[in-house]
Amino acid sequence: MNRRVLIGIFDSEDAILQATDSARRRGWKIVDVFAPYAVHRLDKAMGLKRSRLPWVCFALGLFGASFKVWFEYWTTASDWPINVGGKPWNSLPAFVPITFEVMVLCAGISTVLAFFGMSRLWPGRRAALLDPRVTNDRFALVLEEDNAAFDVAEVERFLMEHRAVRVEEREQEGTA
Amino acid sequence: MAEVCSPLRLPLIAGHKKPGTVTEDVCRPMLRPPSTLWWAGFTLAFSLLLLGVAAISYQIATGVGTWGLNTSVGWAFDITNFVFWVGIGHAGTLISAILFLFRQKWRTSVNRSAEAMTLFAVMCAGIFPVIHTGRPWLAYWLFPYPNTRGPLWINFRSPLAWDCFAISTYFLISATFWYVGLIPDLATIRDRLVEQSSAVSPGGLKARPAALGLRQRLFSIFSLGWNGSYRVWQHYEVLYLLLAGLATPLVVSVHTIVSWDFATAVIPGWHATIFPPYFVAGAIFSGIAMVLTLMIVARKAMNLEDYITLRHVDVMCKLLLLTSSIVALAYGTEFFTAFYSGNPYETFVFKNRALGPFAWAYWTMVSCNVLVPQFLWFRSVRRRLGIVFVLTLFVNVGMWFERFVIIVTSLHRDFLPSSWAMYRPTIVEVSTLLGSFGLFFTCFLIFCRVLPVIAMGEVKAVLHHGNGNGGPA
Repeated sequence: MNRRVLIGIFDSEDAILQATDSARRRGWKIVDVFAPYAVHRLDKAMGLKRSRLPWVCFALGLFGASFKVWFEYWTTASDWPINVGGKPWNSLPAFVPITFEVMVLCAGISTVLAFFGMSRLWPGRRAALLDPRVTNDRFALVLEEDNAAFDVAEVERFLMEHRAVRVEEREQEGTA
Repeated sequence: MAEVCSPLRLPLIAGHKKPGTVTEDVCRPMLRPPSTLWWAGFTLAFSLLLLGVAAISYQIATGVGTWGLNTSVGWAFDITNFVFWVGIGHAGTLISAILFLFRQKWRTSVNRSAEAMTLFAVMCAGIFPVIHTGRPWLAYWLFPYPNTRGPLWINFRSPLAWDCFAISTYFLISATFWYVGLIPDLATIRDRLVEQSSAVSPGGLKARPAALGLRQRLFSIFSLGWNGSYRVWQHYEVLYLLLAGLATPLVVSVHTIVSWDFATAVIPGWHATIFPPYFVAGAIFSGIAMVLTLMIVARKAMNLEDYITLRHVDVMCKLLLLTSSIVALAYGTEFFTAFYSGNPYETFVFKNRALGPFAWAYWTMVSCNVLVPQFLWFRSVRRRLGIVFVLTLFVNVGMWFERFVIIVTSLHRDFLPSSWAMYRPTIVEVSTLLGSFGLFFTCFLIFCRVLPVIAMGEVKAVLHHGNGNGGPA
């Protein structure tokens, strides 16, 4: 389903931050904000929920570590026990270094893959750019015209007051 | 924000840059033809790399008798080079991960190239244990996999198995961290190339359609469709923090495990509990020296003086001084412990290090790692890049000798005087070391040409630092 959006293009970090914050306070629906770099506090200004990536990292790290402890135990104490210098079959302290490494590897790689999945990033995906300079030095605030009460002229005025360099109205497909 | 800028804060990036100028400055060296200096460096590096390839091929074809090892000194050049290169890599992770957690914003100017250095250094390091196994074509036996020999599993209690996992994990996580950091910048360049190919180039840049097309396509594939959406940026920031949080203990674990290759053996001179912190500090020390060596050249060659300022060099010199002091303390502690322990073998090894036939190597190490960095106490020295460059070269040499001293002097005179021996590297071993430098510099020079050496996305976020209202301009 298509929707109409109003896009304000800004050229400074302060301007986008203030405009986004004010737009959210006024209750307008922020589809997204586009920025060439991670602007400090913009997530709060947009009212975004905290990312759930740390849970993926924790869960997969725990899985990696548990699997490795089990695997080391199974190979050295159960599947083919070999006497190495009289050390016990289950040499748990000696298993710690590799367990740690596998935990880090599992947690790190799986978090990155989860990030690609959540953000729908994949090799060769065409970038849907709002403005060609949005990855260089421009910022964009996208507001959805979600109901009849949304006064385009008023919002345009609001964006210009917040130092937008350009405002345009566009039709967009589904989600941004 | 600008209003809360303290007048005490100095700008991190000189020249009052705007985000657009950062993109311009960083992309310029990538989009122009390579300079004569670059070609000269590349030719030299690539020649060394070829020498290394020849040396490695020869020793694999002939056998381990091409090395200068004997029954007493069973580890020498290969392991020295391995520990040296792993250590060089550690500064990259320190700058990208540890300093990120400590919120040291100056890191943004150097983290990209330092991380690249980490990758290339770990690649160089990886070569040595593999050829040292003697039968490198069976190196995959180091990993546990279901095999037809039982399956016979690897010995998980062995520090050599730990090392194998540590180095592989370190390489994979460093590569991932580096790539994740690159994605927004790859998108910036992708869009810039599109802009350039569609517009008439203003600066006389000769757009070669076919070449540009390929480059554009590659940047487009690897930037994964990044479009600057803040919903993605938000996850990205969390991901970066998590990776930094994982890489920080990882880097400490890697050199700790490398030190355990020695410390878990009952060889006097190796069997010491001080080894893990001593090795980690030494690794960061040598790595920062290498970062400085490369950065001082790169900032000049690529006109990045506004990004890698005297302040950056100053801060890294202070880190160098700090880690040098830790290393010096470790040298002293080792000697003290050897004598205080009353163990005659331990005492002998340390006397032999300082006064024996390898005393020249020991005192080279002490001079380069402890005495030379003392010049860095002086601000006037830290601001003279030529002097800093020379000092860092000394540190690089000193840290290579540190590993040589630890390994060779502990082995060459063991418990039985009848088995005492000397070690002398052969031309094959020296060529392999030179070859690893060739690999490192070849990779680094290619990196400088094809990828942004400054993390644009991160630098843009700190441009206002110290440049706001009320702050000194």
